[in-house]
Amino acid sequence: MNSNELLKNWYVTNFKTFEDNLNGESKSKFHQVRKDALSKFRELDFPTLKDEDWRYTNISPMLNYNFRQPARVKIKNEQIEKFLFDKKDFITLVFVNGYYDETLSSIPKEVKGLTIKNLSTAIKENFNITEKYLARFALYNTNIFTALSTAFLKEGAFILVEKNSVIEKPIQILYVTATGENVITNPRNLFVVEENAQVKIVEIHKSLEENLNFTNTVTEVIVDNNAVVEHIKLQDENLRSFHVSRLEVDLEKSSNYSSYNVSIGAAISRNDSNARFNDEGGECTLNGLYLTQGEQLVDNHTMIDHAKPHCNSHELYKGVMNDKSRAVFNGKVLVRKDAQKTNAFQENKNILLSEEAIVDTKPQLEIFADDVKCSHGATIGQLSKDALFYLRSRGFGEEFARTTLIYAFASDVVHSISIPEVRDRLEAMLAEKLLKQKETVSLITE
Amino acid sequence: MLEIKNLRVAIEGKEILKGINLTVNKGEIHAIMGPNGSGKSTLAQVLAGRDEYEILEGEILFEGKNLIEMAPEVRAREGVFLAFQYPIEIPGVSNTNLLKNALNEIRKYRGLEPLDAMEFLTLVKSKMPIVEMRQELLSRSVNEAFSGGEKKKNEIFQMAVLEPKLAILDETDSGLDIDALRVVANGVNSIKTNDNAFIVVTHYQRLLDYIIPDFVHVLQNGKIIKSGTKELALELEEKGYDWLKEIEEELATK
Repeated sequence: MNSNELLKNWYVTNFKTFEDNLNGESKSKFHQVRKDALSKFRELDFPTLKDEDWRYTNISPMLNYNFRQPARVKIKNEQIEKFLFDKKDFITLVFVNGYYDETLSSIPKEVKGLTIKNLSTAIKENFNITEKYLARFALYNTNIFTALSTAFLKEGAFILVEKNSVIEKPIQILYVTATGENVITNPRNLFVVEENAQVKIVEIHKSLEENLNFTNTVTEVIVDNNAVVEHIKLQDENLRSFHVSRLEVDLEKSSNYSSYNVSIGAAISRNDSNARFNDEGGECTLNGLYLTQGEQLVDNHTMIDHAKPHCNSHELYKGVMNDKSRAVFNGKVLVRKDAQKTNAFQENKNILLSEEAIVDTKPQLEIFADDVKCSHGATIGQLSKDALFYLRSRGFGEEFARTTLIYAFASDVVHSISIPEVRDRLEAMLAEKLLKQKETVSLITE
Repeated sequence: MLEIKNLRVAIEGKEILKGINLTVNKGEIHAIMGPNGSGKSTLAQVLAGRDEYEILEGEILFEGKNLIEMAPEVRAREGVFLAFQYPIEIPGVSNTNLLKNALNEIRKYRGLEPLDAMEFLTLVKSKMPIVEMRQELLSRSVNEAFSGGEKKKNEIFQMAVLEPKLAILDETDSGLDIDALRVVANGVNSIKTNDNAFIVVTHYQRLLDYIIPDFVHVLQNGKIIKSGTKELALELEEKGYDWLKEIEEELATK
């Protein structure tokens, strides 16, 4: 038996324990989906560099660990306060080691048009919705991580916004890993935003300690006719951990979805962000920012499927790479034959702060319609000498000029976030990160 | 204030300035005129500290200090300002941010307390009328999506806020319509005092109708071949740059 099989067997064995702990729920209809996902998981292999979608991302370090199911731990509010936005201004869900923590969460008694709860509760209480959408968009038959997530699917955020409801307060979801080394969590989100409804969601992934953990998260978002969703994801886990994330967005008629995907933490992180226009008139923005240092590896794969005409997509991914870190960007835009009057714009811009940092960027446009406007571009560079000289000629020290330019480059991505607290926090975090890098910044060779 | 002695400068092995001598005292405006490629912009960039240029020979003294050895930011803090021929766009850095940091870096160097937000705002507001600066441009990214005229005005506006001792205007008039030119020139005139000095680099005489120079120098092929008062600019305009070739040849035969 090879190591791949051994590792899969490990998870299969763990599944039995997981199943035993589901109590009555293992008799539910949804449990069949878990079992089906587990059988798919057994059939699939962990990807290697030979797989086209993983050719720059070597995940073998992740496969050296038998990640265990997490224990429930109790932590104090003070320990996570700094990760959260003010609970007065946000509806708050907190998951510790993957388990919903009711005491740390803060959900108002009643928000008109909003159902928000732990997904495992929703599987029981909102059967029709979960039956209709859960695991229907993030297909697990070809993706081993999604298969794993679906087999172990239990807890996560369930958000349902009813027709015509505008949720004024943004929702924040915190996934924090606490005690325990080599633990896997499978946070699973389902956001269903019905016709003409609006919601803003902030998803935060953090580690409380320096344990090496594995987060394998899957999010499905259904944006129904004329609905508007803004979704910010901040991945700031410790630098030993692994993070695999999949996002599937279904855009219905004249809907609008914006994603801001910020990756700062984890030793290896891989994000697959996929959106599909399933009707006309949709708007989709996929923005991403990655800052890496040390030997971090961050891989962003995006896919926008223009399956219907008259839709617009905008994509901006930016990266700042330091030390020996590495980034991968693969942005696919598919414009199908019937998708006339499509506008699709994609940009990936990178700044390398050290000679040893590497970025592999691959924009991929596949256009089968003839009346479309599409563009893509990728840049990899150092800071502009002209801009540096300009700032210095005004009195900025060399170092300060550099950090100013790097900050300006990076903060551009989060600038259009509509929740001021979130935007300000991210900008402040970037400023702090970049100032920390100050010493290495000066090593840039031109 | 500024003394340039036998300055020879090359870029990528090609000699551009071939022995410039120039003295600028406080309270003076010097115009440097010359055809394209004569080395005008090189001189301006070298004074500001652009490091692509190689100094082959010569000296630049600013208030008695060796300017050549100073980093660009040190020159700025000492009081040298270059209004760029092609102002750089800096996405993500607002004009306000640029000015506030620039000003406070300069103040810090001079041992002054940084200005707080209120003091800074008051100062900026007081300078805005000088070049008819629109308020909304302040919060926008530096020069990004500015018109050509706005960019040039913005350079003069920065100059007004930073109050340099020596300002070098590198073809600030190029590409400006007559109204914008007037605004820019009026700005310069209102900044001018008996304690500061200006070097105005230009291709055309027109700007000098509005900014009256004390001295005019004609730069041709890397050398100042003729110096005079403001009348020289008019003469040059009238006779054209071909006239310079004659002078150059005359000088060569001497």
